[in-house]
Amino acid sequence: MGEFRMPSLGADMESGILVDWRIKPGDPVKRGDVVALVETEKGVIEVEIFESGVIESLVVQPGQKVPVGATLATIRTDGRPAETRPPVAAATTEQKPEVPPASAPVSTPPPPKSLRPRVSPLARKRADELGVDITTVTGTGEDGSITALDIERAAEQAKPSATAIPPATTKGLDLNAMRRVIAASMARSKREIPHYYLNSTIDMRCALDWLAAENAKRPVTKRLLYSALLIRAVALAIHEVPEVNGFWLEGGFKPGDGIHVGVAISLRQGGLVNPAIHDVDGKTLDELMENMLDLVNRARTGHLRSSELSDGTITVTNLGDQGVESVFGVIYPPQVALVGFGKIVERPWAVGGMLGVRPTIVASLAADHRVSDGHRGGRFLIAVNRLLQEPEKL
Amino acid sequence: MTALTEKEIREIVLRALGNVAPEVELESLDPSKDLRDQIDIDSVDFLNFVIGLHKELGVDIPDSDVAKITTLNGCVGYLVSTVNRRE
Repeated sequence: MGEFRMPSLGADMESGILVDWRIKPGDPVKRGDVVALVETEKGVIEVEIFESGVIESLVVQPGQKVPVGATLATIRTDGRPAETRPPVAAATTEQKPEVPPASAPVSTPPPPKSLRPRVSPLARKRADELGVDITTVTGTGEDGSITALDIERAAEQAKPSATAIPPATTKGLDLNAMRRVIAASMARSKREIPHYYLNSTIDMRCALDWLAAENAKRPVTKRLLYSALLIRAVALAIHEVPEVNGFWLEGGFKPGDGIHVGVAISLRQGGLVNPAIHDVDGKTLDELMENMLDLVNRARTGHLRSSELSDGTITVTNLGDQGVESVFGVIYPPQVALVGFGKIVERPWAVGGMLGVRPTIVASLAADHRVSDGHRGGRFLIAVNRLLQEPEKL
Repeated sequence: MTALTEKEIREIVLRALGNVAPEVELESLDPSKDLRDQIDIDSVDFLNFVIGLHKELGVDIPDSDVAKITTLNGCVGYLVSTVNRRE
């Protein structure tokens, strides 16, 4: 027996809207199957299930918005009916007590006690957050009850600057909501994480020469990009300095359960996602390349999976395509490090007493000083540099 | 396979571009300007685009020819000559 719950797809996610089910009661499922589509501030996400079994019931219907941790469906894992357990605390540490019990869809209002319109707990909470006067809101829920969506609609209409804000929804992506999530997450990072920053300029000639020779032998579908070399080098360098890989949780460092590299992908509509590529240290360059092409494509088309958004243990951002030379990263909490790369620039470079011109890249590390020190961070960048000098071993 | 017309190839190029940049209004592109500047395409997107062209047309565009396909007109012109030379 088990329950499938609304997952937390990032430290600042509080709730999500169930868009559609991919399963129905009686369907067999196995761990890792995509069973639902959930709309979050980061777009529509394909949510995977963590247990195998048979779907017993669907608790939440499409269109309902429910908090993180709420039961979405029950699963029979051993032939017995699912038991309903009290809700687990959501992954967010700032869970508000007024969030309704996990098993109650938010659009289900309490029984009427007076002639005043009924207001769901989440609607009340949203009204507080958005400064909406509930008495002015027309409910569209059952029997005229006020739902969180009504509150959000009212807040949107009340905005004095509504005309100045461009239409924010692009293909299911609410850009204003995404901006708010990024704002909350980055403000938390700068407020809580004592960052330190290091950078190192790396000679890329070996890596690029090897890559050009390798690509000349490969069909276009197997072509490698230098960013794959960078991500592999980061993953392997973590073996030497593991304290940059993991999370700061409950006052301590929790090492990652693998090396899952979040790749920062800027969306053209605005905003940013950083889905993770799992177990990068155990993958070949070809597998990593395949994953990267697929991940970027799915980020663009809105088909990211829940595990990709929640599992990253470190983030790599490559801003070289944007033409910048170096990056001063802001760590994505609760992660403890972000590695940035600028563009490849030809620079004068002294080797063996001779001055030459080499393609170089600036690698930077923003790391959490609660977990590691500059000395260890420096060892990490040295390892990245060394690994990139032997690209054939990546 | 009969030779593809320029119009057909242009449609294929736009389709491949639409797959890597679904949020872009393709009609608004200036066919003579660099695609990467106009639609903020990164290196992974660009490789996905080149792979998309390969899947549709069977062409293997070498790295050394990438500079020829960075505008819509350049890309269509390059493919018209490459695809039809191969016939």
